[in-house]
Amino acid sequence: MKNVWNNFKKNPLFLPIICMILVLLINLFKDPGFFSIGVKNGVLYGRLVDVLNRGSEIAILAIGQTLVVAVSAGTDISVGSVMALAACGGCVVLTGYGNTSVTSVIAPIGLGIFVGIIYGGICGCINGAMVAKLKVQPMVATLILYTAARAVGLLLCNNQISYIRYEPYKYLGNFFPGCPIPTPILVTILMIVLAQLILKKTSLGLYVQSVGINSRASKICGIDSEKICFICYVICGLCAGVAGMIASSRIYSADSNNIGLNYEMDSILAVALGGNSLAGGKFNMAGSIIGAYTIQAITTTLLAMGVSTDQAPVVKAIIVVAIVTIQAPVFRSWLEKRRTEKKLAKEAVV
Amino acid sequence: MAEQIRKAAARGKRISGNNLLLLITILLFVAMYAAGCVIYGAKGFTHFQTFLNLLITNAGLLCVTCGMTCVMLTGGIDISVGSLIAMDCMILADGMTNKHIGAIPLIIFVMVIGVVFGLVQGFLVSYMQIQPFIVTMAGMFFGRGMTAVINTQQVSITMDSSQTFYAWANAKINLPAFLGYMGRRKMIVPFIRPTVIIALLVCVVIALVLKYTKFGRVLYAVGGNESSAKMMGLNVKRAKLEAYVLSSVLCSIGAILYCMNTMTGAVTQAKGFEMDAIASAVIGGTLLTGGVGTILGSFFGVLITGTITTLVMTNGKLLSSWSNILTAALLCFFILLQSIFAYIKNRATR
Repeated sequence: MKNVWNNFKKNPLFLPIICMILVLLINLFKDPGFFSIGVKNGVLYGRLVDVLNRGSEIAILAIGQTLVVAVSAGTDISVGSVMALAACGGCVVLTGYGNTSVTSVIAPIGLGIFVGIIYGGICGCINGAMVAKLKVQPMVATLILYTAARAVGLLLCNNQISYIRYEPYKYLGNFFPGCPIPTPILVTILMIVLAQLILKKTSLGLYVQSVGINSRASKICGIDSEKICFICYVICGLCAGVAGMIASSRIYSADSNNIGLNYEMDSILAVALGGNSLAGGKFNMAGSIIGAYTIQAITTTLLAMGVSTDQAPVVKAIIVVAIVTIQAPVFRSWLEKRRTEKKLAKEAVV
Repeated sequence: MAEQIRKAAARGKRISGNNLLLLITILLFVAMYAAGCVIYGAKGFTHFQTFLNLLITNAGLLCVTCGMTCVMLTGGIDISVGSLIAMDCMILADGMTNKHIGAIPLIIFVMVIGVVFGLVQGFLVSYMQIQPFIVTMAGMFFGRGMTAVINTQQVSITMDSSQTFYAWANAKINLPAFLGYMGRRKMIVPFIRPTVIIALLVCVVIALVLKYTKFGRVLYAVGGNESSAKMMGLNVKRAKLEAYVLSSVLCSIGAILYCMNTMTGAVTQAKGFEMDAIASAVIGGTLLTGGVGTILGSFFGVLITGTITTLVMTNGKLLSSWSNILTAALLCFFILLQSIFAYIKNRATR
């Protein structure tokens, strides 16, 4: 038993799973109804389904963010704004410029969603070019789009919120008719499978880790580290595009001021919670995704406890500081030192 | 600046890249302001008061940018400033209006908060060696969340809240009459507010500290090359800690000035302020990698970002998000310039 526990302790998924269990336990004690899942009007409902459903955007963002953190030891803080831009870009194609509320769309829904995702990809290209080619610090490079993307989204929508009151547009963020599982969960599963295929079937995953650990050494080994870095940022942008379209479809509108607000924090927190080092190098996609759902569970719990959306960031900020402190090499070496001292003291007594 | 160039020219030296950046900044400001005078001359852009208003509205930003420059000199960054300002403004507004506390105890309290905030962030960055961006991002969310915890409503400071604060905020200091212009009936004498004097004083003090004290020189040394600074026997960690404390304290002063200008406290206040401060510092020639930067440059950087906002507002037809986009574009341009200079420098030394 002790052996199994020790093995589990060394597993990279140790921290994320413990966090998840902790949050779920708190919920179990506070509200035993948390785990009940029922079927209403032909669709699943329940708190747990809600967490999975609402956590989709963070999980999708976490996929891209994990790659960016791994490859460049920096984070993409523009994802939230890019989500807003993608939503606005996609919606404008469907509604036409300047229309605030439409009941039918002027282009196929698929085209709108595709355009939104492409907007995300373009933003990813800009970030990638800044970081990979110009060697700007990732966070500062993405700071540009952090401010600009939301503003461009407002321009595209003529500074208004454009509503699409057209039933098929709501499918992506809510339910397909006849399918009991919320569509965002399905999209997330699809994205995870796609990411795993790309990372495992091609050598991209290996290259990303190698560039993240030492970009110059990888370059000498013949890996085009600039290209790998660029690709990671583009993937992150595309993920932000997908998340933006889901968020937009959920509220069947393009609200550039509020879509993806504070999501950059959540996605970075997901990566950190997932046991990934923010200093780059090795990454663990499964951890990030568990981290993403843990955060959503925390948010849902906080909201259920009556904390307002404005106040929730305080708790999250404290959690992120605690996690990065535990991860910090200084703190770890201090712990190690104490442990060896204790061991030595024990041996001395014996 | 001109003196420096003349001296350098007299010694037969070419202008170095960093001085050139500063020169570009000053020229850009002059060009932008001149363009504004030509295009919007009829709307009163040419009056001296317009320039003074630029200083009045940006007094808070000026203070914050001085702090940001100090942090960026060490190679770090502080993105918590915007929400720290929101929190401080809310403490001032809520304390005066709802809790009827005097202005002076509140101002002292705000300054203490600045010191504590800086100490925590600085400790995590320098002694725990966590990336400054992550730490200050947590600080950013903490500040914004705490603002909502104090009060979710918008609180405005009126005459009844605190007469002293109201009197300070509305005090006018008239400049000599010959700078004025004829209004419809009488001579309009240009004026400034006490906030401008405080902000300019802060600028001068910080500029002198950076240039002539041991502390300032250590900051440059740490940013220039951390390991060689360490080998020189400088206390790198302590210098970094002090830089973050200085930034947060200046941010608190900036918050008081900002509050005197807006006379409100709100959760969404000063959103994107960190971007303005970073953009101003970068436009003013502060290198993101640390070690290079002057307060004079940052001063002109603030004036440039202020001019962009004034131009967009004077136009009246443009959406306010244009000022965000223009600032981001300018930031992008200067980051490009910096990396080009760095490339040239690298090639020259090789």
